[in-house]
Amino acid sequence: MIWAWIPRNGALILGLLGQHLVLSLLPVIVGLVLAVPLGWLANRSRAARAILIPAAGVLYTVPSLVLFIVLPVILGTKILDPINVVVALAVYTVALLVRSVADALAAVPSLVVAAATAMGFRPGRRFVAVEFPLAVPVLVAGLRVATVSNISLVSVGALIGVGGLGQLFTQGFNNNFPTEVVVGIVLSMVLALFADALLVTLGRVATPWSRVGAGRPA
Amino acid sequence: MNLGAWFTDPANWTGPGGVPTRLLEHLYYSGLALVIGILIAVPIGAAVGHTGRGGFLVVGIANWLRSLPDLGLLILLVLLVGISLISVTVALLVLAIPPLLAGTYAGVANVDRSVVDAARGVGMRERDILLRVELPNALPLLLGGLRAAALQVIATTAIAAIASFGGLGRYLIDGQAYRDYTEMAAGAVLIAVLALVVEGVLAGVQRLVVSPGLRAVDTRIRPPAEPANDPTSPAPTDRSSHEMAGVNS
Repeated sequence: MIWAWIPRNGALILGLLGQHLVLSLLPVIVGLVLAVPLGWLANRSRAARAILIPAAGVLYTVPSLVLFIVLPVILGTKILDPINVVVALAVYTVALLVRSVADALAAVPSLVVAAATAMGFRPGRRFVAVEFPLAVPVLVAGLRVATVSNISLVSVGALIGVGGLGQLFTQGFNNNFPTEVVVGIVLSMVLALFADALLVTLGRVATPWSRVGAGRPA
Repeated sequence: MNLGAWFTDPANWTGPGGVPTRLLEHLYYSGLALVIGILIAVPIGAAVGHTGRGGFLVVGIANWLRSLPDLGLLILLVLLVGISLISVTVALLVLAIPPLLAGTYAGVANVDRSVVDAARGVGMRERDILLRVELPNALPLLLGGLRAAALQVIATTAIAAIASFGGLGRYLIDGQAYRDYTEMAAGAVLIAVLALVVEGVLAGVQRLVVSPGLRAVDTRIRPPAEPANDPTSPAPTDRSSHEMAGVNS
């Protein structure tokens, strides 16, 4: 390790860290927005489930480097365009979350849904006010997996020129300079663990009822 | 770009750069890492799941390893160890272990306690309980872990080509170096097909070896929940009913 390298390249490192953050979290948001209606559909209709869940499984099977390279051909974008990485990771996020959302909604107790209906909730409002909030804990579990794996996968994008901290890996490799690679690995892991902790906290804040009764006898 | 011409060109099917050789290299790197990974992770996961001690540690380590960026790890090992079978195997091994460990541990730990009690009640020894009751019951989750590990290892073996390793990733990296997009696309197709075929074969193996009594259980590894302090996560005993609800709806 050559520690002096780190402060000398602070601006570069921070810039790549910022790029890494955007490239990994933007797909999570896009993926979540797309996965909620799809998961809702998969939970409601047996036919939709029979198509969506296996399709998601197949999409998740495609290796990341392959998706990064094939997407420009499909989308008609330039191979070095960051949008390829964002779309590829959004695809993985959707593939992972559709199943999470469907499972999360299936796990909402049917008695609660029936009670909400009896109280006069219409389906749309019932979904927003009752079913979705109760699905949050399982959904957060899926989001954590998607976020952590996205943060790790962004760096593969460095092989096609857009990879946030992954650029430290390719540069360090070309310059035979392990310090740079170690900095990239450590920052990437710190980012993943930090994002994971943040999601756990958000999940707790979003479901205050789950804390009631915890730690004292019911 | 003409993929058809690439795939029908005999030059791409022979010699050290041909598809059969690259495919075998790819399977060799991936298979070696997976086998060693199974030898390390399955006994540890089974022991922890059986005794119930150290589960927190296993989940923590698996999560921590999962956040390691594949590409960085591989490059670091190549810089430190050099371009050898050791560096690529260790890098792939580190990726293979977390899903295998988590799958084995979750599988064994989630075996219905009454089944284990019954086995103990009829006088089975601990070793037999583990080998003949818990592991067979754990197979769906264990093989789910193996499938996840295999996919990740195959995907990362493709990345290994950046450090002069063989395997199907060579087509991606060489194609990019020469701006030969046909070769890149061909490599991408080959790797995707390999991943799908391996996934299909493992799913078939799972169908063959898992007892029909366990079919209804889904084989995905659930994201590790914190059973002790998270009241919202289903307790292991809730698992089967929750899964059934998911399957039937």
